Parts: sequence; structure tokens; C-alpha cells
Amino acid sequence: MLQDKGEPVPGLEDLYREIILDHYRNPRNRGELESPPAHRVEGFNPLCGDEIVVYLRLDDDGRVDDIKIGGQGCSISQSSASMMSAAVKGKTLDEVQDLTRAFKAMMSIHEQEIGGEGDEADGDDGEAEAAASGDVRLGDLEALRGVVKFPVRIKCATLSWNTLAQGIEEATA
Amino acid sequence: MAAVTTEGPLDVAAVQADFPILGRTVHGKRLVYLDSAASSQKPRAVLDAMDRYYETTNANVHRGVYEIAEQATAEMEGARAKVADFIGAPSPTEVVFTKNFTEAFNLLARSWGGANLGPGDAVVLSHMEHHSNIVPWQILAAEKGFELRWLPVDAEGQLELGDLDRLLDGAKLLAVTAMSNVLGTLTPVRHLADAAHAAGALLAVDACQYVPHVPTDVGELGADFLAFSGHKMCGPTGIGALWGRAELLEAMPPFLGGGEMIRDVRLDGFTPNELPWKFEAGTPPIAETIGLGAAVDYLEALGMDAVREHEVSLTAYALRTLHERFGDRLTVHGPAEPAARGGVLSMALADLHPHDVAQVLDQEAVCVRAGHHCAKPLMRVLGVGATARASLYVYNDERDVDALADALDSALAFFAL
Repeated sequence: MLQDKGEPVPGLEDLYREIILDHYRNPRNRGELESPPAHRVEGFNPLCGDEIVVYLRLDDDGRVDDIKIGGQGCSISQSSASMMSAAVKGKTLDEVQDLTRAFKAMMSIHEQEIGGEGDEADGDDGEAEAAASGDVRLGDLEALRGVVKFPVRIKCATLSWNTLAQGIEEATA
Repeated sequence: MAAVTTEGPLDVAAVQADFPILGRTVHGKRLVYLDSAASSQKPRAVLDAMDRYYETTNANVHRGVYEIAEQATAEMEGARAKVADFIGAPSPTEVVFTKNFTEAFNLLARSWGGANLGPGDAVVLSHMEHHSNIVPWQILAAEKGFELRWLPVDAEGQLELGDLDRLLDGAKLLAVTAMSNVLGTLTPVRHLADAAHAAGALLAVDACQYVPHVPTDVGELGADFLAFSGHKMCGPTGIGALWGRAELLEAMPPFLGGGEMIRDVRLDGFTPNELPWKFEAGTPPIAETIGLGAAVDYLEALGMDAVREHEVSLTAYALRTLHERFGDRLTVHGPAEPAARGGVLSMALADLHPHDVAQVLDQEAVCVRAGHHCAKPLMRVLGVGATARASLYVYNDERDVDALADALDSALAFFAL
């Protein structure tokens, strides 16, 4: 009879790193921005019902002037959104795109290893090359690397990034 | 066969021994399976019946004149008779096999709805329906231009019936669940049937969570249509059933076209087969159908009265235990009275998100479902995005409930709440 896989069990500590819990308990950039001028975009995880709202205000130089996060979700999706907001605030759209690529590469490389279907909802940014962009510093976001050991939760971690990408696409269209 | 009989209360230890999967461990711990509302586990008798079919009588049904094809056909039609008997259907010809409940209600919407609904008509649903009793009607309504009306749900998780007659006025169909897959609420099906019929409407019942857990008689319920899935009642996936009153099914056009569902095909048209095969195009899931027949045998041997009694008493124990151990930190949505509900416990634990709760529970080998349970309109009524749902069945016992409570404690401790 099939028993355990015999592999070491990924512990909860692999998933819920302290910095993740910190962002969950004390979310950064929580709130709303007046829209317009800010761009408001919603993202859904149909699997679990998580909803995220990203308020994005760009300045004339194509820089993320301000960003706020609303909605509800699990600790992974909420902390990922919090870290994302902190990471992209003040960055140019090019820098945001590099961060997005690097973050999704961190997730999707592992998704391929475990045979997952990947998560390419924002489509057009050719993330294969992005995996090579090792010069992008993910900082706190590195804490989410452990999520890949829990395949079902990858979509929680990528929800805010996909929503941000959609927002940028709409705002710059 | 089951190790227990219809005499007396359920012998849960004997039942557990009938389910091979309950012998495995997860993360080195005893498997505590509390997700039977999503899909039940399968007893050895069901697995054996399917193996036996493939090993001894595998052949296509309703076609061959040779011995094993006759045996396969007899076994499959025997399963239909068992299912009919299990739900009190007057005749096996009224039992249409489908892939699952979802396909059954899509068949109902497409065939009955397609022939009977148009502008000016209305279908009444409730706020606590599963998406599979919402979306097929929404798809059809967009095509046919009929109206969807909604029975609300109150704070206790009961249907609000104050406006029932007004909602039914001019409606052709009331389609509701007999037991909520989120709240466990048992709805007053007979009352709904009488109200629908008085208004000239039919009643279609989502019995996915009902047939596996409660003695069912379609006549007593007053239903016109009733559907359920096999995999929630100890049977395999890929098989379910739509029951309908014969004269209604007779008048309905076919659903899928192809082999089996025809009596004659000419270049200028076709003549449909008789009931129930009119609705069963193509080679059916024969092994699964036979497996469902074995599942019915298994549940009959346990006795559905005993099954229901066991679940009421275990639900009472669970509600009591969770309240004693967690007080206000844990909410179980739905009716507080065990006799008014099924063993479906949708929980909110402190400020923890259900995904995070379920993740910690998994470390303890406690399997619960976290999410919206395919009932997003109800989630909005409850004002939550998701719940963590533990659901009980014949093989669960107080030890499982205690393991759930211990794991919930671990979740609180882990997140330091």
C-alpha cells in the first residue's frame, strides 16, 4: 500500500517564514487611493476566493508614485501583496517589470520542476530570459521561495503580481 | 460486503476496516479524512466490484449477444435498479446515469429547460446553491431570456421562505439543494415541493449532500427531478444520476446525441431510444456504474437510518467539542441544532484565513477543504471569502473530531493567536 512518499516533509517554517508572517500581521501600503487619478484593478483566485485590489498611481516619468492594497486573502497572498507593494513603490516601470520577471521566475522555475502548469496570466513578458536576470535583487521577496514546495499555494503568491501586471497594462494602454 | 448489518447503531470500527485508504499515513501520521462532502472514500466492496467487472465480465453493454456482454449489461442495469430502489424511485427507467451531479443538472437545463423556458418565464434558485445549480441556468437564461429569482438565506443559514409564494408566482421551476454543501442546512424539501406545485412549478432537487447521508424517498420529498453524484456516497468518480418523473423525462428532448440514445437513424433524422437510454449517449462508464451499485449495497447494509443517526450524534459531538475548546474564537456557520443539519462544518477560526488553517491541519494529516466550496453567492451572504470545511461520514468517529480540534489548536499556536 502507498504510504508516505518517504521524502522529508516540507515544514510549516519553510512556507511561513517570519518575514512573511510579519508582512501578514503588519501589511504595508494597505488602503485605497482616489481613482482616478489612480488606476484600480482587481484580481481573483478562483480556487480559494481570495480577492485583491491594487491601486496604482503612476507619475509622468512612468514611475510608481504610490500604490495601495485592498482585498482579502490568506497569509501568503496578503504578505506577497504587501512585499510587492513595498518593492515596487518609487520604481520605474522598467524596474517593476524586471522585479516581476525575477519573482515569477523564482516561482515558475520551480513550478516546472514539480510539473506544475505554470502561471503566466500576465502573458507578454517572456519570462524565460528573465530567469537569467540574476542582477535583480528580490530582497524580502526571497522569503517566498519556500512557497514552491507547496504547489497549491503558488497561485496565492503570484496573485498580487499578476494583478499589478494587469494594472500596469491597463494604465499604460 | 460490509462488516456490519442494519441491526442497531453503526459499528464505526468495523466500517473503518472496510476502507483501505484509512490504513495509510500522511506525514507519518494517521490519516484523518474530513472532506467527504467533496468526495468520500471508497470501501473495499466497491473497489472489488469494479475490479471483478474488468477481470471477469468486461464487454460493452446493450450490444453483444455473447455471454459476458449479457453479464455486463445485467450488472449495469442491476446497478440502475439498486439506485432506483435506494432513492424510492417507482421505476429504474426513471434513473438516468450521468457523469455526476453537474452533468445531470446541465442535462436538465439543456433538455427540459431548453424545451420549456423562454421570455416571461422564471426559474427560482436559492442563495445557498452550489455553482452547478446556478451556472447551467445562467447560461440558459442568457440564451432564452427567462428570469432567475432568488430565495434568500437568513443569518441562521436557513432559507427565508416569507416571499416564497411571490417568487414562485409565474415560475416554471424551483431548483434547490436538499442539504447545503457549506452550511449543512437541511432544507424543507416537502414544503418547497408543495409550494412549487401549488404555483404550477416543478421542483428539482440538488441531493448531492443528501442522498449519501439521509434516507431518501423521491415520492415523500415530492420532487419532480432529483440528482446526485456517486463519488460522495462511497462510489467511484465519473458516475452520478438524474432521477425524473417518467412523464417529464418522456416529454424531454435528448441531451447528447450519438450511439445508445437512438432507436433508429435515417439520413433525414433519428428516433430516440426509450427511457432511460434516450439520455445516455455513447458507451457509459460501466465499471463505475457497477461500482455505484456496490456502494448502494454497502450503504443499504449499514442501514441509512443508522448512517443518519451516527452523523447526527457525531455532529453534535463536534459542535460541542469545538465550542468547549475554542469558544468565541471559532464559528461554525449554519444551523446550531445537529438534527437540523448534516455533518458539514464550515469554520472560521479567529482571524486566520481558511487556507492557512487547512495548511497547518495538513501537517497533522487532517484533511479539510478550504475555499468557497463552489458557492460564491453564499460566501457573499456570509460575508466571508472562504471557509475551512470539515465534513463527516460513516467512517469518522470522535477520535477524528478530537484530532481536528488538536490541529486547530496547532494552527492558533503557530500563528500565535
